[in-house]
Amino acid sequence: MDIEPTFSKTNPTAGVVGQPMSRVDGWAKVTGRATYSAEYSGLPGLVHAVLKTSDVAHGRVQSIDVSAAQRAPGVLAIFTHQNLPKLAKTPNSPDDRKAFVSSPMGFFPMESDQIFYAGQPVAVVVADTLERAQYAASLLKVSIVPEATISSYLDPKAQLYTPKTVKGMPGVTKRGDAQEAFAGAPVQLTATYTHATIHHNPMEPGATTAHWEGPNRLTVYDSTQGVSETQKTLAAMLGLATEQVRVVCKFIGGGFGCKAWVWPHTTLAALVAKAVGRPVKLVLTRPQQFTSMGHREEQAQTLRLGATREGKLLALIHDKSSTTSPWDDYAETNTRITNMLYALPAFEGTYHLAHANVMTSTATRAPGDMPGAFALESSMDDLAYQLGLDPIQIRLLNYADKDPSNGHPWSSKSLKQCYQRGAELFGWNQRNPKNGQTRAGKTLVGWGMATASYPVHNSQGNARVRLYADGHAVVQAGATDLGTGTYTVMTQVAADSLGLPPENIRFELGDTDLPSTQWSGGSTAAGRVSSSVYLAAQDVWQRLIKVAVQDNKSPLYRAKIEDVMVVKGQLLFRTDPDTGEAFGEVMKRAGMSDIEGSALGRYGSSYEAPRAAANADPNKKDHASEHSMHAFGAHFCEVHVDPELGTVRVTKWVSVIAGGRILNPKTARSQVMGGSIFGIGAALMETTERDPHLARYTNADLAGYHIPVNADIPDMTVEFIDEHDPYVNAMGVKGIGEISIVGTSAAVANAVFHATGRRLRSLPMTPDKVLAAMREPV
Amino acid sequence: MNQFQYVRPTKAQAAIEAVAKDPNARFIAGGTNLVDLMKRGITAPQKLVDINRLPLKQIEHQGSSLRLGALALNSVVANDTQVRERHPLLALALNAGASPQLRNMATVGGNMLQRTRCTYFYDLSMPCNKRQPGTGCGALEGINRMHAIFGHSEQCIAVHPSDMSVALVALDATVQVSGPRGSRSIPFADLHRLPGTTPERDTNLEPGELITAVDVPDSPFTKHVHYQKVRERASYAFALVSAAVALDIENGIIKAARLALGGVAHKPWRLTAAEQVLVGQPATEETFRRVAAVAMQGAKAFKHNEYKLRLAPNALIQALKTAAAA
Amino acid sequence: MATNHDPDLPAPHDEHRRNFLKQSSLLTALALVPSAVVEAAESKLDERVAEAIEKIPLSLKINGKKHKLKVEPRTTLLDLLREDLHLTGTKKGCDYGQCGACTVHVDGLRVNSCLSFAVMHDGQEITTIEGLASGDDLHPMQEAFVKHDGFQCGYCTPGQIMSAVACVREGHAGSEAEIREYMSGNICRCGAYANIVAAIQDVKSGGKKV
Repeated sequence: MDIEPTFSKTNPTAGVVGQPMSRVDGWAKVTGRATYSAEYSGLPGLVHAVLKTSDVAHGRVQSIDVSAAQRAPGVLAIFTHQNLPKLAKTPNSPDDRKAFVSSPMGFFPMESDQIFYAGQPVAVVVADTLERAQYAASLLKVSIVPEATISSYLDPKAQLYTPKTVKGMPGVTKRGDAQEAFAGAPVQLTATYTHATIHHNPMEPGATTAHWEGPNRLTVYDSTQGVSETQKTLAAMLGLATEQVRVVCKFIGGGFGCKAWVWPHTTLAALVAKAVGRPVKLVLTRPQQFTSMGHREEQAQTLRLGATREGKLLALIHDKSSTTSPWDDYAETNTRITNMLYALPAFEGTYHLAHANVMTSTATRAPGDMPGAFALESSMDDLAYQLGLDPIQIRLLNYADKDPSNGHPWSSKSLKQCYQRGAELFGWNQRNPKNGQTRAGKTLVGWGMATASYPVHNSQGNARVRLYADGHAVVQAGATDLGTGTYTVMTQVAADSLGLPPENIRFELGDTDLPSTQWSGGSTAAGRVSSSVYLAAQDVWQRLIKVAVQDNKSPLYRAKIEDVMVVKGQLLFRTDPDTGEAFGEVMKRAGMSDIEGSALGRYGSSYEAPRAAANADPNKKDHASEHSMHAFGAHFCEVHVDPELGTVRVTKWVSVIAGGRILNPKTARSQVMGGSIFGIGAALMETTERDPHLARYTNADLAGYHIPVNADIPDMTVEFIDEHDPYVNAMGVKGIGEISIVGTSAAVANAVFHATGRRLRSLPMTPDKVLAAMREPV
Repeated sequence: MNQFQYVRPTKAQAAIEAVAKDPNARFIAGGTNLVDLMKRGITAPQKLVDINRLPLKQIEHQGSSLRLGALALNSVVANDTQVRERHPLLALALNAGASPQLRNMATVGGNMLQRTRCTYFYDLSMPCNKRQPGTGCGALEGINRMHAIFGHSEQCIAVHPSDMSVALVALDATVQVSGPRGSRSIPFADLHRLPGTTPERDTNLEPGELITAVDVPDSPFTKHVHYQKVRERASYAFALVSAAVALDIENGIIKAARLALGGVAHKPWRLTAAEQVLVGQPATEETFRRVAAVAMQGAKAFKHNEYKLRLAPNALIQALKTAAAA
Repeated sequence: MATNHDPDLPAPHDEHRRNFLKQSSLLTALALVPSAVVEAAESKLDERVAEAIEKIPLSLKINGKKHKLKVEPRTTLLDLLREDLHLTGTKKGCDYGQCGACTVHVDGLRVNSCLSFAVMHDGQEITTIEGLASGDDLHPMQEAFVKHDGFQCGYCTPGQIMSAVACVREGHAGSEAEIREYMSGNICRCGAYANIVAAIQDVKSGGKKV
């Protein structure tokens, strides 16, 4: 094929893509018919597994007395470290670990008597009913000999170190001589920001139903963001071929990063199901959710910002200290965003970690960028006030026209439009430049804003389109819909790509029997899967054109393939668009009831790299990899602060996002609101507190851990900037799931500063902290 | 959860006997706290005596007080016309508590008997003298942001979580109780206990005693009332601090006052000394500030809840101002 | 950090060290003090009770259909619906009455089905999300949730809708602020709150029977 197909070229006129279509899975969700991973009730002989977890954060299991539990009615089996079937490959072995696509930590419990964190599984009880399994688990008597416990990087016993690498990034990043530039800067700001431990807390806890349909045939219904990653990882751990494991996840009750990996409970469910010879369902309790699927680590960031008197940045030195597990060097990569967001000539970023008795933290909505932006965007606000500049002005003054971290041009960047439109929608020009001036009754009113950005990560995956002669189509990709709208937007993309109404499309996902694609994570799914679907439809057309040009009854008989185009399901001459015929005619004459096409879609800077798909053009120049790819945006926030009670309420919110092509503004708006609310929660109320002596969470449920409720959230305004990015993928889509949270906590903190004149640098900004700040002089 | 025997008597006497003669039996009404405690293994009754079919749901005015049946639902009481007219403070406090669903389950009697939400009490693996006497108080040197500033002991620094009870103690309610040895009345202020050396006992109820009703005496506090609840989110959260205020004001002068704080002690915390200071004083911010200072006498904070020493008086002052302006 | 306990581990703060020792001896003590459940089991009380009662009869009308059941007293209404009757539309989000995902109507009142033993509802009428629509026709609230995108992942949605219907029927949908307050017993982690409020307002003003 001569031309690399792109959606904007083949679909120049509007179809349903970009329209606010209601969710195609809406009916299933509002009627309770949507089936989640713990709801495959019809499996024959299904039994229940319940985890028993460690009370102690560090120690060794001395004994587990199972006698009472074994006597309890309905108990089928009890597994401890002494009788748990062995894994073929285990995360406990660094060599084995290399075989895993998606294992989140270098530790698997119940392989020895060692206890490294509170809440670590020590036993699994299987019984015929849930009540009986729960009861039997409560009868286990676990004796653990405790050892010295380190609760966090703040523990006096903790030892900070700088790792060689953090998630593939160097432990220390240097660009220019930031130390010297900072020392010579006429304006210097130094501040430390702290961020509490945060838990994803999707409404559906982790859940796995494992069903061995034969000795080497496992089907797992798992609440996972990536069926393919779970399939490959489980297969490796269990010593099976990949195809011997099928993973299904048709509906998932939220993920936000914590369901992006294969955590121990999923593997344990599969292991015990095999041992008892029955399908097993294992659902985490809400308290167990806090110690089973990772968290955002508690952390401190010190930023040293050097600038000219006019407000031009000269240097940024960024140090992050945080807690990691006993086995991993894990930290969110906060310096990714601080190194790229503004035109910054010199940068130095360093990670400091301390091992503690806690499980490994994990990706949490915009990992690194979210807390990184809190620190940077708070500091930029400080700089603006110090120099008497408007917060937008200081950002425009330091606007990066290319990516300062690598010198690449942006594939597209519409941040200025985001600032401008956001300011208009919010009424920013009415802002009082002085802080602490505006009152509404007893409360202080403040406005704040912050920049948002999130990278376009590389990813790739397959899709398949089966087009029927009767004008219906089944479209498939083993993707996941986290609630982000994947079912819906892929239906729209398929409809336009095939020239069919969306009601004639059935889009299927969430099953490893479908074409494999990568996880829904890193904001990659919309761009990757839509590109795959689009290209698979193009593959269908290419195959059908070949049929038509060989058919002497076709008006396209003997045409050159490259001279035929497809517009809304019509095969037409490029040079004579009035001549051609509908695809159904071609298929009928050929006796084809249906035709299939498939494609590999790519997202990110590898988009134009040589590809394996049939439609690849080996001679095409690769422009994509020469560009830096990010979505950009801006959040605006109004708060009311009660200075006597310390309460902060968000009363107005505007987000404007430039995220490439928006496939569906209705679902996209919801996603951006959701990300902002996630950020408001982190800003104002979310914290999981570990006891400093026992290293156990003290508020591990949804009464102790506060997620915003309806009354916390005002109506929100979300807009998108129309953006056409030719480099990111065939659809021109950038993800929006994570940019929606980046900068949000800073927007709230900046509004609190504007309201009160007090800078809060410790999240969450709970009443105790606000009251303490109000006692400080302005 | 363990298996248990379940009985559903229709007469109060049968229910009382069932619990009185069996130390492992418990009453259950709305269940919003008890079921939670049983799921976590904090309590493991062998027998549950379901009292929901007892005729204790009435709300009626008798003599000089409003009688609230122990089984009247929180939502029903909060929306009851008589309650809203005679005791608007109680309606405000009830609606500030929990969620609409929980208020449709929780009863008057159950609400006041709910146990502390101290997270050390709730986690079986943590030390807690209230749950397992003699194991120590984990909160004392642990995370104690939510804990008491009044009336605590070295054994326990937990707080009582009920909003309704803060209003009831302020309104001089009386609890009607029936037990194996007959019936008695308990002034609301004497229902709950301070922890002292027996934090495992929340109330002064005797084994087998059943709350049948609460009487709220008629009062002039029908207008100038307010329930100020401070929490970490706008709704559906336990109080960091709450303040119940009821004032009788004539020509700008306070004739009578009832004040109580929630979230500060092992029981709803009535402020009688501060009330005395208010009487005869003008309803001004200056008065309220003086009163708040009196209210806070004797308060003592721990590592993480020092903010309550400022939050409590501020909440009280705001409640007083709002009540006075009502 | 060493995986084994290092007896020479420095203790920079003596105060802390002392606390740790005190706490760790507490933990050892705790392991020796059996929990309430274990205590009950050891006295064999539980087994006697279990023998005596096992399952007891229960009559419920669920979504208009009468059910004659036998259940253990400890089975919650939520687990009965989900595990025994396979009515999985009602969700378990927290199991402690802290999220609202399990909201159903009992005799017309919205309640958290996780905090209630099924046996306590003998003779009562339960409506779950599966019973809200009549045949293929969605309830107006279900339609409005689709139209206003009042959900993302869908897991809290049945509870939100059951709560929203009750919110209107109770007369608590008078204003945006009132709706927000009376919908605060249903947590949505995806953050669909503004759309949920819009859906309820639409239904409230739509004039259809709720």
